[in-house]
Amino acid sequence: MEFLRPTTWDDALAARAAHPGALPIQGGTDVMVELNFDVRRPAALLDLTGVAELRGWDADGDAIRIGAGVPYARIIAELGGRLPGLAQAARTVGSPQIRNRGTVGGNLGAASPAGDSHPPLLASGATVEAESAARGVREIPVGEFYTGPKRSALEPDELIRAIRVPTAPGPQYFAKIGTRNAMVIAVCSFAVALDPARRRAGTGIGSAGPTPLRAREAEDFLAAHLDWDGGGPLDDVVARKFGDLVAGAASPIDDVRGTAAYRGHALGVLARRTLGWAWREHTGQTRREAS
Amino acid sequence: MRVNVTVNGSAATVDDVWEGESLLYMLRERMGLPGSKNACEQGECGSCTVYLDGLPVCSCLVAAGQAEGRAVRTVEGLAGADGLDPVQRAFVDAGAVQCGFCTPGLIVQTHDLINRVPDPDDAEIREALAGNLCRCTGYEKILDAVRLAAARRREDA
Ligand SMILES: Cc1cc2nc3c(=O)[nH]c(=O)nc-3n(C[C@H](O)[C@H](O)[C@H](O)COP(=O)(O)OP(=O)(O)OC[C@H]3O[C@@H](n4cnc5c(N)ncnc54)[C@H](O)[C@@H]3O)c2cc1C
Ligand code: FES
Ligand code: FES
Repeated sequence: MEFLRPTTWDDALAARAAHPGALPIQGGTDVMVELNFDVRRPAALLDLTGVAELRGWDADGDAIRIGAGVPYARIIAELGGRLPGLAQAARTVGSPQIRNRGTVGGNLGAASPAGDSHPPLLASGATVEAESAARGVREIPVGEFYTGPKRSALEPDELIRAIRVPTAPGPQYFAKIGTRNAMVIAVCSFAVALDPARRRAGTGIGSAGPTPLRAREAEDFLAAHLDWDGGGPLDDVVARKFGDLVAGAASPIDDVRGTAAYRGHALGVLARRTLGWAWREHTGQTRREAS
Repeated sequence: MRVNVTVNGSAATVDDVWEGESLLYMLRERMGLPGSKNACEQGECGSCTVYLDGLPVCSCLVAAGQAEGRAVRTVEGLAGADGLDPVQRAFVDAGAVQCGFCTPGLIVQTHDLINRVPDPDDAEIREALAGNLCRCTGYEKILDAVRLAAARRREDA
């Protein structure tokens, strides 16, 4: 095995092109499990932790551009106000040790349908910035990024440079079902994002289909039926219908973590609940302290 | 390959490291530092927790080569010239150690917690230790040890 350790982004892209069999490694929280258990034996590891360009985030117009190597712990500490949905999801990942290493870039690279970054990225309309030495930069809307279970639109010679997430224009909430408060792969998860000025709602469903997905019908329903200017409490009929539409958008399976029927039911509950939190914040009632 | 790394304050050069091995393996099997324990090799148990550039991480999930040029502090590096670190002392005094396999990871994680949060409440302690499993103690004595370590540290401060 080889160990490639580029220290600049250009060198990383060159190494990616020159070593098709090299497996990128950032926080290692997915990759090292596979190596330790001999699930994978790549010809080389392409260590990206030495690439300074990946380690920071910056405000870019009305979006935040997060370098692929920014760990969850920093997203929680530094971006909770601007990207509340993503920060809430980051808080539920693994344990403190995992959050000190694991990254959104790695979560996208792994493209597991259960990855916790995906629902808030879908709900907020994020784009993935992929780059290759040969073809330069490509912006992939996150909804087009996931192509199958643990498969993505990333080409073999591309690396993820950054994730561009629009600064939250309104309330955003994430919720996840699992057996414990920590260290759980989601049984299912859900994110909602409201954009009151544009009267739009975004959604993201995790762990209830071959890929993370949006509930488009549910989004359109909210856009049309939320009483955006009214300032009153959430209409229970709207909340229920929203829950049903979200559950209907998923295509869950039975597996060791839960049955398809349970996932469908739980998604409906999560959708109603997160919408309730978001609506309360929108209408100026106390904001739930996200945890 | 060769890895240059600072461990517990001393610069070290380690040769014949396999490119796919973990920092945990390198510490235990090549550097004579068996304090960090190998119990799951998949990030679930926290027994292998070490500081990497000041942040607690699971050393089983860090590739040895990723430690190149970085600073690692293991449980062996916590005790000072005047004996055990106060966190270690508190674990002994509170009876928080049974088989001891989980202890090194819990000590490093607690050391980090009370550095950041001098007076952690129970929710903060549980959150900080959520990635450290113990199969023996039932955790009550471990929580006692963390409270004791934090209280003693505040008294000394
Ligand atoms: C104990 C434990 C608990 C966990 N809990 C959760 C959880 O609650 N929720 C959750 O979502 N995940 C969880 N995970 C999985 C993992 O932590 C996440 O998927 C994390 O986001 C991976 O990030 P990383 O930087 O460690 O990725 P790595 O392991 O370094 O890489 C992951 C994948 O992405 C690729 N990759 C990395 N960076 C790039 C890049 N810049 N360009 C292209 N490809 C790249 C790698 O080649 C690899 O295929 C857990 C893992 C462990 C071990
Ligand atoms: S051995 Fe590293 S977390 Fe269990
Ligand atoms: S004391 Fe035995 S595992 Fe904790």
